[in-house]
Amino acid sequence: MNNEMMKEQVIRMSGVNPLKCMRCGKCSGTCPSYDEMEYHPHQFVYMVEKGEIDKLMASPSIYKCLSCFACVERCPRDVEPAKLVEAIRLMVVRQQGQNHLKANEIPALLDNDLPQQALVTAFRKYTK
Amino acid sequence: MVFSYYPGCTLKTKAKDLDRYARASAEALGITLNELENWQCCGGAFTMARDEIATKLSSVRALEASRETGLVTLCSACHNVIKQTNHAMANDEEFAMKVNNYMKLDTPYHGETKVIHYLEMLRDVVGFDKLAAAVKNPLKGKKIAAYYGCLLLRPGKVLGMDNPENPQIIEDFIRAIGGTPVIYPYRNECCGGYMATEDKALASKKSTLVMDSAAENGADMMITACPLCLYNLTKNASGALPVYYFTELLAEALGVKE
Amino acid sequence: MQRIGVFVCWCGSNIAATVDVQAVSDALAKEPGVVYSTNYQYMCSEAGQNMIKNAIKEYNLTGVVVCSCSPRMHEATFRKTVAAAGLNPYMLEVANIREQCSWIHKDKEAGTEKAIVLGRTAIAKVQLNAPLQAGESPVVKRALVIGGGIAGIQTALDIAEAGFDVDIVEKNPTIGGKMTQIDKTFPTLDCAACILTPKMVDCAQNEKIHIYSYSEVESVKGFVGNFTVSIKKKARYVDENKCTGCGECTTKCPMKNVPNEFNLGMDNRRAIYIPFAQAVPKVATIDPNYCNMLKNGKCGLCAKVCGAGAIDYKQQDQIVEEKYGAIVVATGYNPIKLDKFDEFGYSLSKDVITSLEFERLTNAAGPTSGTLLRPSDGKHPHTIVFVQCVGSRDTSGCGKPYCSKICCMYTAKHAMLTREKYPDTDVYVFYIDVRSPGKNYDEFYRRAVEQYGVHYIKGMVGKVAPRADGKIMVQASDLLADEQLHIEADLVVLAAAIEPDKSARPLATMLTASMDTNDFFTEAHAKLRPVESPTAGIFLSGACQGPKDIPDTVSQASAAAAKVIGLLVKDKLTTNPCVAQSNEMMCNGCSSCERVCPYGAITYVDKEFRMPDRTTRVRRVASVNPAVCQGCGACTVACPSGAMDLKGFSNSQIMAEVDAICQMK
Repeated sequence: MNNEMMKEQVIRMSGVNPLKCMRCGKCSGTCPSYDEMEYHPHQFVYMVEKGEIDKLMASPSIYKCLSCFACVERCPRDVEPAKLVEAIRLMVVRQQGQNHLKANEIPALLDNDLPQQALVTAFRKYTK
Repeated sequence: MVFSYYPGCTLKTKAKDLDRYARASAEALGITLNELENWQCCGGAFTMARDEIATKLSSVRALEASRETGLVTLCSACHNVIKQTNHAMANDEEFAMKVNNYMKLDTPYHGETKVIHYLEMLRDVVGFDKLAAAVKNPLKGKKIAAYYGCLLLRPGKVLGMDNPENPQIIEDFIRAIGGTPVIYPYRNECCGGYMATEDKALASKKSTLVMDSAAENGADMMITACPLCLYNLTKNASGALPVYYFTELLAEALGVKE
Repeated sequence: MQRIGVFVCWCGSNIAATVDVQAVSDALAKEPGVVYSTNYQYMCSEAGQNMIKNAIKEYNLTGVVVCSCSPRMHEATFRKTVAAAGLNPYMLEVANIREQCSWIHKDKEAGTEKAIVLGRTAIAKVQLNAPLQAGESPVVKRALVIGGGIAGIQTALDIAEAGFDVDIVEKNPTIGGKMTQIDKTFPTLDCAACILTPKMVDCAQNEKIHIYSYSEVESVKGFVGNFTVSIKKKARYVDENKCTGCGECTTKCPMKNVPNEFNLGMDNRRAIYIPFAQAVPKVATIDPNYCNMLKNGKCGLCAKVCGAGAIDYKQQDQIVEEKYGAIVVATGYNPIKLDKFDEFGYSLSKDVITSLEFERLTNAAGPTSGTLLRPSDGKHPHTIVFVQCVGSRDTSGCGKPYCSKICCMYTAKHAMLTREKYPDTDVYVFYIDVRSPGKNYDEFYRRAVEQYGVHYIKGMVGKVAPRADGKIMVQASDLLADEQLHIEADLVVLAAAIEPDKSARPLATMLTASMDTNDFFTEAHAKLRPVESPTAGIFLSGACQGPKDIPDTVSQASAAAAKVIGLLVKDKLTTNPCVAQSNEMMCNGCSSCERVCPYGAITYVDKEFRMPDRTTRVRRVASVNPAVCQGCGACTVACPSGAMDLKGFSNSQIMAEVDAICQMK
């Protein structure tokens, strides 16, 4: 797949228009996962605009978004960067054999108190 | 008043207290919560992609079944997923068309159901003044830090519950049950959420930040509406503040906690 | 039947590129009544105008249609042209084939077709045109300036300098506006009060200037040259003529805890107060919301201590009516409220402040007597973070979509002054872009960086979290270093967006002056008529028209004054002959027109009419005062019997135009 087509796909899935971004960096200033990410929220927006989807798809950053909506809430231009992270992650996990979390890995993650909600959410985020 | 009620998966397992005390309190306040029949798990997270249909169908089923009564949610995550799905059904025509085509409902669904969180029910249906009047054991002298986390309020434009940067609803609730709210800046920052599954260090860092902020502002305890927040704060945060579901304190104040 | 000439303008390539002008003039030549049709490169040029004049004479034209730009641009030009050739100027019609046609179309075929329709429409109208005579109306040689900030002050001084009387209406107890609250001014760093207060005193001492302080405009009637304005002088419970401004009352009043708006609530004043030492007029005012005497009749201390006997608890609001030839709006701006930006912690910590609050904290007359101290604990801040664009350039609905223009420069000023006075202070400025166009502006900002060592960081603050120990955690992005920063600050200063004063919107309604979606007053032309409202006789001064710093404000204030002077020197104004007229035979006296008339131009009179049976009957009919009517046409639409008609835009002319548009090719 080429980057231009993937960019179109990301924009369609997310409903985000990266051209609305004025590059203030507030999303990255507010992101609680910033230190865990290789590419940061503002870079997701800019790299989608540039069409560098392959780089983003190959980055572990896509599994680090907490979906806390802080960037969505605080963006002064309503760009909603989290939706781009989600769209790109989906483009990866929708591929054959690309689930980030596998069922046989679950038992090792469990403890007595871990709520179902955590597993359900992780599955929804990390698998097809 | 009678509402349909959506407990969600965790409230049937690890978060039974959140559910139990909510039901007992609602009854004491004259509200009937009818658990939806055959409800299905919301999935824990709203998938933000517009072309994701299947992951949102369980929410639409719950919404569709509550057209007449309105729907009360309790778990922050369920609340977030169901309200965002409802918003998409009302505002994203293409998405709603695809869902309706698939579901083949007698009457197509377009987001008509009113979804409210249990806290909104207390505020807008019962009224915090009425709630205060119904309190038998006020939590006098208790300094309570409300922890909103991220899912209860955001995105503010979709959830429309309170000011997402300076919310009042849980603080008003705390006052209504006789406690003293503690305002602290990290009450609406993320606890680390589902990342607790694969990155305990991150969850620990984030939840510790939240709990430390509550503690240094003088809180005796924290309350939340989210089982995952409670888990991260009690298991992964390094602080020692007790964390409760807000419904437990509600039941205690109303004198219906067994 | 009129003998009509059609003149199609190319406007260089502005029209000719998307409209086939030859095809238009050929097609229009075939329209009924058209005896001459041509096209030319620039109709507004001298050669173009001569073509029109010559054709009028040569072909005995009785009506002229020019297909060109908007009539807003050149209608007046072409009216003069036809008048010079002996035609009544109202026998001209302009078909707008530029703004409404060539500029908005890409397809030449479609553009041409539309231009022909627009031309045909104008021809249909001019068929029914009748010569109109413009009247005259006198000019009241007095101007009103609404708002007494630096904009209003400068405008008033300049108008007075030219010898005309001018009144300033200021809603606060003193003139001076925002500039009184500012400490120093960029880019020269002179003290704001030092350059402002002499002007305030000039206003007070100028015989031509009358200041209505603590007053508001209640209503505006009339039209250019002849406005009648009601001004409400709010009761200040102090006789302005007796009060000497000694301030004795303001030290004796027992109500000590009234938030002091001059210092933005960071300290307190009394219930009777003089806003600041250099107030003009220097007269005390009693705040009725806090005065015990006014609230429950208990106290009266200020009256006891006043040596001048100026206190008057029984004073009432007073309405003054005055006539003006011109009105200048100078209502200014305010910083926005920050309740939608609590991620920056403004409501959580006293040490998160706005830039205007920062001005007060550094001003000698401020709550800290000019020493920069934290509002919470009175300690010196050692790390200060400035956040720019708080609520500016915000399309999310929380803030304002525009750039507030002044924040980059005053933040540079704040940062620089802090570093100069307190070199042990670390100063960070988070910016999206530094916007410093203006004489010596960029040099000024660079000095903050290079000479004063202010840390400018490209990025935005995402979260401000005050800690219990008094430190404020600032989490922000540093885009150039690709880092998330966590700064332990002592003070955070938010450059809040600015917005027009709330009084502007109701005032615009009173003045029938147009506003944009942000409630800034609209200028008559963005480039060529920047200090005039599209409503005749209304002029704009300062930030009410758009965000402006002091140099821009003063320039525009003087420009507005020049326009006012240009109006007031005239003894008479030519009135617009396109006014409403009632057909008394059809008028049924229902008053619909009177109710909708925004200018109060319509009255009802009882008039005798002879009936078909030769009896006489008295009927109530509408009567239009042509000097007051502005020709807006509201009455013609409201009239249920079709009695009301607008000269130059009659119902039959409008219908002829509609018919021409609907006509099949």
